[in-house]
Amino acid sequence: MIAATEQIGTYLDSFTEFHKRAPGKGQAWLRELREKAFARFCETGFPTTHDEDWRFTNVSPIAKTSFQLATVEKLPTLERVEPFFVPGRACQLVFVNGKFAEALSSIGNLPSGVRVSSLAAQISRDPAALQPHLGRYLNIDRDAFSALNTAFLEDGAYVHIRRGTVINDPICILFISTSSEKPLMSHPRNLIVAENETQATIVEDYVSLGESPAFCNTATELVAGDNAVVSHYMVEREHQQAFNISTLRLQQGRSANVSSHSLLLGGGLVRNNVHPVLAGEGSECLINGLFIGNAQQHLDNYMLVEHASPHCASRQFYNGILDDQAHGVFHGRIIVHKDAQKTDAKQTNRNLLLSDDARIDTKPQLEIYADDVKCTHGATIGQIEENALFYLRSRGIDEISARKLLLLAFANECLDRMATNPAREHVERLINEHLLTIANSTKNLAKLTSADSRRNWEEIG
Amino acid sequence: MSLLEIKDLKVRVDNHDILKGINLTVNPGEVHSIMGPNGSGKSTLAQVLARREAYEVTGGKVLFNGKDLLAMKAEDAACEGIFLAFQYPVEIPGIGNAYFLRSALNAIRKYHGQDEMDAMDFLPLYKEKLKLLEMDEKLMNRSVNEGFSGGEKKRNEILQMAILQPKLAVLDETDSGLDIDALKIVSKGVNAMRSPDRAMIVVTHYQRLLNEIVPDFVHVLANGRIVRSGGPELALELEQKGYVDIDSETRQPVTA
Repeated sequence: MIAATEQIGTYLDSFTEFHKRAPGKGQAWLRELREKAFARFCETGFPTTHDEDWRFTNVSPIAKTSFQLATVEKLPTLERVEPFFVPGRACQLVFVNGKFAEALSSIGNLPSGVRVSSLAAQISRDPAALQPHLGRYLNIDRDAFSALNTAFLEDGAYVHIRRGTVINDPICILFISTSSEKPLMSHPRNLIVAENETQATIVEDYVSLGESPAFCNTATELVAGDNAVVSHYMVEREHQQAFNISTLRLQQGRSANVSSHSLLLGGGLVRNNVHPVLAGEGSECLINGLFIGNAQQHLDNYMLVEHASPHCASRQFYNGILDDQAHGVFHGRIIVHKDAQKTDAKQTNRNLLLSDDARIDTKPQLEIYADDVKCTHGATIGQIEENALFYLRSRGIDEISARKLLLLAFANECLDRMATNPAREHVERLINEHLLTIANSTKNLAKLTSADSRRNWEEIG
Repeated sequence: MSLLEIKDLKVRVDNHDILKGINLTVNPGEVHSIMGPNGSGKSTLAQVLARREAYEVTGGKVLFNGKDLLAMKAEDAACEGIFLAFQYPVEIPGIGNAYFLRSALNAIRKYHGQDEMDAMDFLPLYKEKLKLLEMDEKLMNRSVNEGFSGGEKKRNEILQMAILQPKLAVLDETDSGLDIDALKIVSKGVNAMRSPDRAMIVVTHYQRLLNEIVPDFVHVLANGRIVRSGGPELALELEQKGYVDIDSETRQPVTA
């Protein structure tokens, strides 16, 4: 507890310093937003495992480290950054330690209804345009990391899609954590506003250059207007010393159709929060995720789906593959508010454990206050089927390739839920490369048996 | 040189001796049928030939094309030319049937130092064999065996065999659960593959299949041993008398 208090002291220093130079510091509403958030963070501190929402994830490695806000420094060269870019993108924004790197970014030729810039630039240029949305959706009271992110709100991507605009190619945002002598923190804040009847795909991609520990605490508010169709991709592929906390807060209007696809491959301690609020009648939400962990990775997925209007549908599908001592968490919470009649909510979490020491905690949590709803949830935990492996090998496919093929088949369940798009091709490529690495570590293969440690449960509520 | 030479093969599964000394020689071009009551070890023999590791070989040896088969991994045995048509083909959701077959074919081609076949070259071959087995082209994009009927699964096994062109095909109860029309289609597919340089071992419980795929030799496996061998007429005899006599013969304690 003492340690935690001390750390809040270092955050106070950072905040005091940041406050003096923060963009838009002259704007009363922005100043108030940050101050309130920081006060809230000081009040709660970092969550502990006594907190039900953090039962399976211990964030003390983050709380104990003195992270510094990154200062202006030398940018990595384009040659080093380019391999991370998504082929077929509409535009590419690059952020280095949370700050927009104009020299590495390319806006390209976007349709006239699409506006893409850094949030910091938008704050200096026209903060009033941000006021109706920024900080309106993310709940700083229920989550210390969201509060911290809001307190240090400075830069990130700002995407505005004007009513009726359709953009097919993905808008890509790359976040790079670089190495430094002191552990660095960044708090990227993104705001994506897709007005009524728009269509767009957004890719957030988190990577690292270098090997030193870094803490990336990112938050995205995505507003989908009436009838908007938006796909959001989040890819975490930082190195295994990285801490990554991300929160995606979706606000959906009437008949809005939003897909959230998360792919967690990297990071040491990762928490992926996805929080859609189905505010408009008849809106639909797909929450699709794949997490693949090995070594000592800890990958936590916290879903909070709020049904706030009638006739809305939500689908959660998360698949996990865990090897070595990796620990995965899936927490699927569904809240159906009193008026949200005819809600149709479904949740499925499937997991493959590739070693005896890998672990998954999966937890459904349904809170239903309406009386005419359909909510189902289910989870499975299994291993690679020995029968299937032998079948493939008996046709001439070697053991490693057979393993990879079976892992890929499992991952394909998630890929199949993504629309054909350069964003999907991008994640498909990443999954392919990553699974080959996992399949190659065959050390636990001999031990695998399919029968005894298989568990299954399925409930309908 | 014979294609397959099994000498005094003994196999244990879960601490039970299943095969207690099998001797069998198969030459290229021959079709051997192995019949026998349930639990006699027919499927165990088939699985061992396909090199399933869960089956512990406690004695004897097996030469395939002069090479030590028991030293091979499953994938190497397959690449050397052994094909097992499974009694219970495995469903593999998420892997397309055509993709799976092309991967298998390319693995075997690679093993023999041949170029891999791309999707464009593979497609006509695949379609031709689908036609031979009267299978729907829609199966092409479905996952391996997923949602296939019993008959479709068995036909899919023979389809794989027709594409992979093995030297020795082991058919494990390929007839069980098939109606007569499906049986004829499967048999047609198998017979189309009979050739002077390919051998087959047809494991079956019933004589019915052997009306369609006429074997050169019939062996009766009971209680872990081959207790009788003969020509196709032996199958007919078994059909009439059943396995009762054989069973009682072999249940006698063995004095050595």
